[in-house]
Amino acid sequence: MAYSFPDEVLEHVFSFIQSDKDRNAVSLVCKSWYEIERWCRRKVFIGNCYAVSPRMVIRRFPEVRSIKLKGKPHFADFNLVPDGWGGYVLPWIAEMAGAYPWLEEIRLKRMVVTDESLELIAKSFKNFKVLVLFSCEGFSTDGLAAIAASCKNLRELDLRESEVDDLSGHWLAHFPETCTSLVSLNISCLRSDEVSFSALERLVGRCPNLRSLRLNRAVTLDKIANILRRAPQLVDFGTGYYAAELQPDVFSNLAGAFSSCKELKSLSGFWDVVPAYLPALYSICPRLTSLNLSYATIQSPDLIKLVSHCPRLQRLLVLDYVEDSGLEELASSCKDLQELRVFPSDPFGAEPNVSLTEQGLVAVSLGCPKLRSVLYFCRRMSNAALVTIAQNRPNLTRFRLCIIEPKTPDYLTLEPLDVGFGAIVEHCKDLSRLSLSGLLTDHVFEYIGTYGKKLEMLSVAFAGDSDLGLHHVLSGCESLRKLEIRDCPFGDKALLANAAKLETMRSLWMSSCAVSFGACKLLGQKMPKLNVEVIDETEPPDSRPESCPVDKLYIYRSVAGPRFDMPPFVWTMDEAVRILH
Amino acid sequence: MEGSVGYDNDLNLRATELRLGLPGTEPVSIVRSNKRSLQQVADDDCGVNGCKSDDQNETAPPPPKAQIVGWPPIRSYRKNNIQTKKNESEGGGIYVKVSMDGAPYLRKIDLKIYSGYPELLQAIENMFKFTIGEYSEREGYKGSDYAPTYEDKDGDWMLVGDVPWEMFITSCKRLRIMKGSEARGLGCGV
Repeated sequence: MAYSFPDEVLEHVFSFIQSDKDRNAVSLVCKSWYEIERWCRRKVFIGNCYAVSPRMVIRRFPEVRSIKLKGKPHFADFNLVPDGWGGYVLPWIAEMAGAYPWLEEIRLKRMVVTDESLELIAKSFKNFKVLVLFSCEGFSTDGLAAIAASCKNLRELDLRESEVDDLSGHWLAHFPETCTSLVSLNISCLRSDEVSFSALERLVGRCPNLRSLRLNRAVTLDKIANILRRAPQLVDFGTGYYAAELQPDVFSNLAGAFSSCKELKSLSGFWDVVPAYLPALYSICPRLTSLNLSYATIQSPDLIKLVSHCPRLQRLLVLDYVEDSGLEELASSCKDLQELRVFPSDPFGAEPNVSLTEQGLVAVSLGCPKLRSVLYFCRRMSNAALVTIAQNRPNLTRFRLCIIEPKTPDYLTLEPLDVGFGAIVEHCKDLSRLSLSGLLTDHVFEYIGTYGKKLEMLSVAFAGDSDLGLHHVLSGCESLRKLEIRDCPFGDKALLANAAKLETMRSLWMSSCAVSFGACKLLGQKMPKLNVEVIDETEPPDSRPESCPVDKLYIYRSVAGPRFDMPPFVWTMDEAVRILH
Repeated sequence: MEGSVGYDNDLNLRATELRLGLPGTEPVSIVRSNKRSLQQVADDDCGVNGCKSDDQNETAPPPPKAQIVGWPPIRSYRKNNIQTKKNESEGGGIYVKVSMDGAPYLRKIDLKIYSGYPELLQAIENMFKFTIGEYSEREGYKGSDYAPTYEDKDGDWMLVGDVPWEMFITSCKRLRIMKGSEARGLGCGV
């Protein structure tokens, strides 16, 4: 019917719709909405860079200003994906250089970025504003120098957790004196001692809009005051080394500099902390909402003192030195806490080195009513504790528990932890991310399949008894997008029976499981919209009988067909390509 | 497929034990099968073909705790930071002094940049322009007047190459290239 608005009106309405999901829904209404929407989409998020080709993206969305791309599978973070696997951004930059001259923002995660890519970015996009390289690798400070020198309107340069070949600290000096636009600078991952501090100071001093600054380790404590005085408007600050011999004048200078930052809400860095300097933070603690002390090897008493000054804390990252006692203090002081991450200080030690148990987590679950997101490394757990946590905190959305020793049972009853994790999925109805650990049978997967209706990402290791476990998850978890499994006895049956499910997900990773080469080939043959890739660094999978299990398997949906940048140890199960390979 | 059959046998065994006994009995068996799986996993991750027979696993005594690849799931970024702290080093490297008997001044090297002993020894040979002999477990370094030694955390002087590389870089405080009779004394093994 002719009740339609002019295109410009629809476009204006669509401009208020920012979320990708909503935009995608809009584009499905009818052909004209699809057309209008695609011309005015400015931001694209591609969760798997191999799911679609750059040309396809450009063809559909010709006016993109901002792109976010993810490359390697999540387990690459734990060295399970061999070097050279893929995730190269250069082909994307090369295509976008021609098609999107007005591109402003590039955000990448787990991708290989070369200096050549960075130089191409610097050369191609005249209005480039935002570069975020999250867990990326393959580039050096030379590439950064190119970005600094050429991008006149650069607002954000964020290298969080990337591996950078740190050739020279002088790249910072490549920011021209005319560059005053920086809003966010994160160089915390740079390893060398050579950051050109004077260039950094000058840069900070001439950028009045700088809100977020994260320094690297090399910046010593005595330099912090100078930096902060040049940027009292900072909202987020990452220190370097927070250690020095205690000197009263240095201390008071530092304390004064911190207290002059009236907007400061978030702190991180804190490599090598000398507890005596922590009180310098007390003036800003009441305003702090986010605190990352996950590199700070300070003991529980000092942590307790600090945390008790931060009643507005929403996010805390900390080492297990915090111990149960520290977490109990956290539970009583920080009623706004939403996210807690506790990392292990001695992950490879055979014996526990700190007194951190399930009790700490139970205390936080009881005391912090807004707790939504948990990442917790510990050495023992019980079903009773998990049930208590689930009942206390049904509002949990992310629950990642890592009991350090694989297959550890309930320490009280020596039973599997099926019931405990079952309680988590049953009570936490909005749970979207779950990581399992400890001794687990197929039962836990039955619970997950039954209750985990909003579960989007599931990580499994050393769990389950049979294919039934995998079948429960694939057939029950309606919202599942990402599934990653290692060292579980899951084989062909569940995978083949649920092949269609895989097209509704972003990806499936299985390593050291029991999926045979034959099943992989069959899957590749029957499911053309899936890329089925076998990773084997020792020998080609077809040099063994078809019934032999493959080492690593990565399956993802794609409209781009099999990729052609695979290294020799990655084998595609796409029939046409495999025969030629 | 023997690898996965072995795995299935493990699990069936454990399942049988659980069905026959009350929960809480025979905790030792569970621990034992844990270790067996770990050993298998460690083997798998050493690049051993999944179809390899695991007979030797059944008969071997429980191994010392094997480090499983990618477990616990901590990013290398974080692991390196913990490692760095343990070594009390600056920046990201493990810098140790290297002295050579007879040389007028010391050098400093970053142990982190080498992936193993051959690379390290090559670098030292280049640095001081000499050759180290062939290493053998029994006789140390033969065929040269020099022996590379290091001082470990306990203050003892050890021959370079005796302990696994990872253990070496975390316990080495400094290196010394010994010369002459002192060197030969070490090499001759007591």
